[in-house]
Amino acid sequence: MEYFVQQLINGVTLGAIYGLIAIGYTMVYGIIGMINFAHGDIFMIGAFVGLIAFLILGLVGITWVPLALLIVLVVAMLLTSVYGWTVERIAYRPLRGSHRLAPLISAIGMSIFLQNYVQLLQGARVRPMPPVIQGGITLMETETFVVQLSYVQIMIVLVTVALMAIFATIIARTALGRAQRACEQDRTMAALLGINVDRTISLTFVTGAGLASVAGILFLVYYGVIDFYIGFLAGIKAFTAAVLGGIGSLPGAMLGGLLIGLIETFWSAYFTIEYKDVAAFSILVLVLIFRPTGLLGRPEVEKV
Amino acid sequence: MAVEAGKRAALEGTVDFQAILKEAGLAALVAFGLAISIVGVRTVTIPGGLGLEYRWEWVVIAVVGVFLGRFALAYRRETRSPGRRAEREEAMDRIGAQVQRMAKVAGPLLVVLAIALPWMPFSNRYIVDIATLVVMYIMLGWGLNIVVGLAGLLDLGYVAFYAVGAYSYALIAVYFDLSFWICLPLAGLFAATFGVLLGFPVLRLRGDYLAIVTLGFGEIIRVVLLNWYEFTRGPDGISGIPRPSFFGLPFSRRVQEGEQSFHTFFGLDFSSMHRIVFLYYLILALALITNLFTMRIRKLPVGRAWEALREDEIACRSLGINPTNTKLTAFAIGAMFGGFAGSFFATRQGFISPESFTFVESAVILAIVVLGGMGSQIGVVIAAVVLIGGTELFRELEQFRMLAFGGLMVLIMVWRPRGLLAHRDPTMLLDTDSPSATAGKSSP
Repeated sequence: MEYFVQQLINGVTLGAIYGLIAIGYTMVYGIIGMINFAHGDIFMIGAFVGLIAFLILGLVGITWVPLALLIVLVVAMLLTSVYGWTVERIAYRPLRGSHRLAPLISAIGMSIFLQNYVQLLQGARVRPMPPVIQGGITLMETETFVVQLSYVQIMIVLVTVALMAIFATIIARTALGRAQRACEQDRTMAALLGINVDRTISLTFVTGAGLASVAGILFLVYYGVIDFYIGFLAGIKAFTAAVLGGIGSLPGAMLGGLLIGLIETFWSAYFTIEYKDVAAFSILVLVLIFRPTGLLGRPEVEKV
Repeated sequence: MAVEAGKRAALEGTVDFQAILKEAGLAALVAFGLAISIVGVRTVTIPGGLGLEYRWEWVVIAVVGVFLGRFALAYRRETRSPGRRAEREEAMDRIGAQVQRMAKVAGPLLVVLAIALPWMPFSNRYIVDIATLVVMYIMLGWGLNIVVGLAGLLDLGYVAFYAVGAYSYALIAVYFDLSFWICLPLAGLFAATFGVLLGFPVLRLRGDYLAIVTLGFGEIIRVVLLNWYEFTRGPDGISGIPRPSFFGLPFSRRVQEGEQSFHTFFGLDFSSMHRIVFLYYLILALALITNLFTMRIRKLPVGRAWEALREDEIACRSLGINPTNTKLTAFAIGAMFGGFAGSFFATRQGFISPESFTFVESAVILAIVVLGGMGSQIGVVIAAVVLIGGTELFRELEQFRMLAFGGLMVLIMVWRPRGLLAHRDPTMLLDTDSPSATAGKSSP
């Protein structure tokens, strides 16, 4: 029982990180119908920017954790958004309206480029970071097992929930959110009604990159090590989460992220840790076969 | 806006420098935002944790470079007459069509050249080695072309079949001590079986979903190879894979008593080049078989069904084509050629490990197919020569190789979204001269 509760806590934490990345995938897919393959690498860049920001703050002398964390989050979101914007501008915008494979190939190229770009500039070695937040609350205690809820985990879930709330409000209530939903439904019609489609798509990439950078920082703080390759696997799993939840659906992305995080954690805890990626992908295959639109997705209408 | 400015500039002969400067300035600002973090600061490991290293001069170089580059681009755009882009596209299309037409003549010529390559005066071990690598990727490209180019199924996990081929050859050869010539068809068969096993559940999916599932499948195979230690020896890989023999004659220097090797049988001096040239011809033959097979099967009902399915699945279904079975054949046949190439890879390297079968490999093969112009056999050859041969030439700049590779993929796509040789002739033409053409006669 204690073991189960501990794994539940770990799974939810991991799921929160996946969910934040998955939102970027699901939004981009919803609006222009492509898999933004470079999104995982944007997450990785976010983690690196966060690491650099932490180190600079340490040198400057800002060590009060909540303030430092806030500054790092804001700085990383801003700087990573620039990457999101640039990737869209260079690799995807010129390909709008061409056949379906072109943006995907260009995205894969972008992903390879970004990985090697960071590897060249920051080195291929793993970058460790000393723990920023230590300690935790002991929830349950038996002679053999202690259930710990660490402050890092609380922080991760709180940040995720707060961001999700802000984000849901943006989508539901602001002009940008309305424009985004309009473009998602019908881009031509939205353009005819005076919405700047290009700008809306750019902003979608910017917000997606911002959320991914937060996920990167949370990953950095939680695990304490990053390298240039973390984006690939995290990206695929987040995409899996987006598909599982129903691509194009925001609550679906969050739910899918949570489920993937839980599945992965429980699989590692009760079965074999080596095959946890296999578990995640098998779930994806099963979901796609039996419920191709995902858990919360809208059924796709086939037009002739 | 840009077109109008261009027209105005063309009419008046002036250029709006202020607008260009503003545009370049914005680009420089973005470059500053990009460079300030990752380029400007480098994390370094120092005793007791991480330290920082500053490289502000690089940031300055990046910003100035982007400013000048953007300025030059914008200036060029403003001073050229509008409509040039469309003209250039048409010119490239014409070149594409010409190359396709020429392929009928140039194809056999290329084959002759390829056969003659090891006997050229300039050729040496290094050149033949690179040529072998290029031909191997051409073969993989042709194999994947069946799936992606002809049947229109986006497969991001092609490397899985390549891996299955390589591992089945290695394991059969090591455990059962069978020769290359028996293992080769077995490896192809195994890979095709895997293709069917994977394809059966997932081929009902459309487009991008299929892509991501195949990608996941590729990763699953790699993870299994990595962790099933008792069977595949995990990350240590399999070494000591037997080399192929020339119809039973091994390419070895020392000959066992009572047996013959290649050089003693033909009365030649021993040379390590024999095996390298033999491997080159082996893969060339395999690749040509793949090509011949593809060209032929395109004209069979199943090949035509693939192409029809790619163009319009709903129309196909209403005409009575079973989409799942048709896709499955494409998947299995593509997988089989991947398996052949995989077993060749294993026998050439003599050592395989899961390291060789990462996603990047799939991406490279897919890039060859798509950049060459999907469905075009000669396009695959050109793309493979450019991508593999080109990056191989810059071996010394190892660390920039993949960077350039990724960048090249993006640039070629942006420049020619439908691939370098995008022009595609229909496989079947109506005979427009004869009156029966209007009656819908489909075969020439």
